[in-house]
Amino acid sequence: MQCFQGKSVYKGIVLGPVVVLKKNDYQVKRTRTEDPEAEIGRVEKAIEESKAQLQKLYDKALKEVGEASAAIFEVHQMMLEDDDYLEAIQNMIRTESINAEYAVAVTGDNFSEMFASMDDDYMKARAADIKDISERVVRNLSGQGDIDLSSIDPSVIVADDLTPSETVQMDKEKILAFVTVHGSTNSHTAILARMMNIPALIGVPMDLEQLENGMTAVVDGFKGEVIFDPDEETREATLKRMHEEEEKLKLLQELKGEENVTLDGHKINIYANIGSVGDIGYVLENDAGGIGLFRSEFLYLGRDDFPTEEEQFQAYRQAVQMMAGKKVIIRTLDIGADKQVDYFNLGKEDNPALGYRAIRICLKQPDIFKTQLRALLRAAVYGNLSIMYPMITSVEEVQQIYAIVDEVEKELQEQEIQYRIPEQGIMIETPASVMISDRLAEVVDFFSIGTNDLTQYTLAIDRQNEKLDDFYNPHHEAILRMIKMVTDNAHAHGKWAGICGELGADTELTEEFVRMGLDELSVAPSMILKLRKIVREMKVEE
Amino acid sequence: MKTFDYTIKDELGIHARPAGLLVKEAKKFTSDCTITKDGKTKKLTQLMMLMSLGVKNGDTVTVSAEGEDEDTAIEALKEFFEKNL
Repeated sequence: MQCFQGKSVYKGIVLGPVVVLKKNDYQVKRTRTEDPEAEIGRVEKAIEESKAQLQKLYDKALKEVGEASAAIFEVHQMMLEDDDYLEAIQNMIRTESINAEYAVAVTGDNFSEMFASMDDDYMKARAADIKDISERVVRNLSGQGDIDLSSIDPSVIVADDLTPSETVQMDKEKILAFVTVHGSTNSHTAILARMMNIPALIGVPMDLEQLENGMTAVVDGFKGEVIFDPDEETREATLKRMHEEEEKLKLLQELKGEENVTLDGHKINIYANIGSVGDIGYVLENDAGGIGLFRSEFLYLGRDDFPTEEEQFQAYRQAVQMMAGKKVIIRTLDIGADKQVDYFNLGKEDNPALGYRAIRICLKQPDIFKTQLRALLRAAVYGNLSIMYPMITSVEEVQQIYAIVDEVEKELQEQEIQYRIPEQGIMIETPASVMISDRLAEVVDFFSIGTNDLTQYTLAIDRQNEKLDDFYNPHHEAILRMIKMVTDNAHAHGKWAGICGELGADTELTEEFVRMGLDELSVAPSMILKLRKIVREMKVEE
Repeated sequence: MKTFDYTIKDELGIHARPAGLLVKEAKKFTSDCTITKDGKTKKLTQLMMLMSLGVKNGDTVTVSAEGEDEDTAIEALKEFFEKNL
């Protein structure tokens, strides 16, 4: 039994035989040729074959995954007609008297390098396309043709990385899961996996040489884990979970398109919490009414410098456009405490949870904040965007924020850049904000209760400290009273209140929350239909 | 030589697909058609080079055609930009 962790692209669980795709074609050998013109002829023939294969892939993709995904194969065909690319190959064969395979492989590397070094994520991703077409030509040159992935048994596909042409030519009915060593959440593989609704893990540190076709694997997208050669116990547990998931899904699917309304007619919004644009697929798939918490940290984490306004704008705009008019609540930067980023140079603190974090950073370092606000105000033009500020403790903080928003607005006006001032609300996650929620309700558009921090601050319990587990009661009456108080204060001022912390997804409390009159619960996408079921089966008046 | 300036309105800029279509359009003419951004000039028949300019939404480019059919070429290219980019 071998177990590896990776990044899960799609949550599902499956057990099945493995097909390992090993790439052998990039070990292209350099040989001398006596007849360069004959080699050039071979290249021309291989390119014609490649174009014909791509046309077939285009037709297949057009039928199965739609025009947008198929377009990539049209672009691949056009790339194969590129004069610079073709001339570079011919030139290399003539001047160095080398074999066609080597010239194509090296030219492909050179061109792909050019795109990989560009300062533009979209263009960077095109480097993979050039590699893909070059590999295809080399395969045709060496008579390997297309790898035939259409005639396999239903399998878990394991590979170093998958090119778009490899993923699309696979028969969807026969793919149980994807597991790859490389690939990003934005790669074609990840996008297709989400569209095909199959578990997929990327960035799995496994050695393909140790794996063989036909071995059994368990792919658990919930845990982000793949197990090769599972023992009997694991197999049985997996089969049981697969069955459970299937049953659950079947039941819940019936609730898609239904309203979140109680038997006696009370409605509540059930939105989704997400951490990146890539998660929107889950949001739509689970029929969320909107996005109640879009954590913007993903833009800041895992890099060495601040994201630009343009990068942020693109991400926010994409989110609101994909949600097509449904509400998207974006929480401004919540760095600090347990989320550290080197380039912020925050330094060590004795009490990070009570320290320099979230809105405090934004108010002290307004340059960082302004960049984000500019991106948000610009993106608001494209859809139903709301802004939510974290870690608020006073009305003065809100006023300071508004002053900065005013400055940003003036700048945008002067520069004649399109913008819109969207709905602005705050997270209620400090006991202070609960106590003055009547006054805060006068100045903000909505409240979203962050129960994780609120519980930690109210009960004086550090969630990371295991010794305190016995003292930790998430259903503590103090918390429930606070939620009620915040909701009532919001309503008294004609504002709305929701919960976006973990407690919102606690199915033991769903009925109570509806009775309290909360307007919204924002939960993990996978919880949406589960909560909808509870709401639809309950009555507010007992 | 005929030229025109154009500011890109397409949100993605000259991304792969319109770049490919633009090359197809330019190849219909015998004139030398070029595109210039920030002082860098590329032939409109060079797909990968054209993409490597990284032309984004809001960028202004200069398009030119020089040759026997430059009048029809520039008109066709202008129409292409206005329609697709």
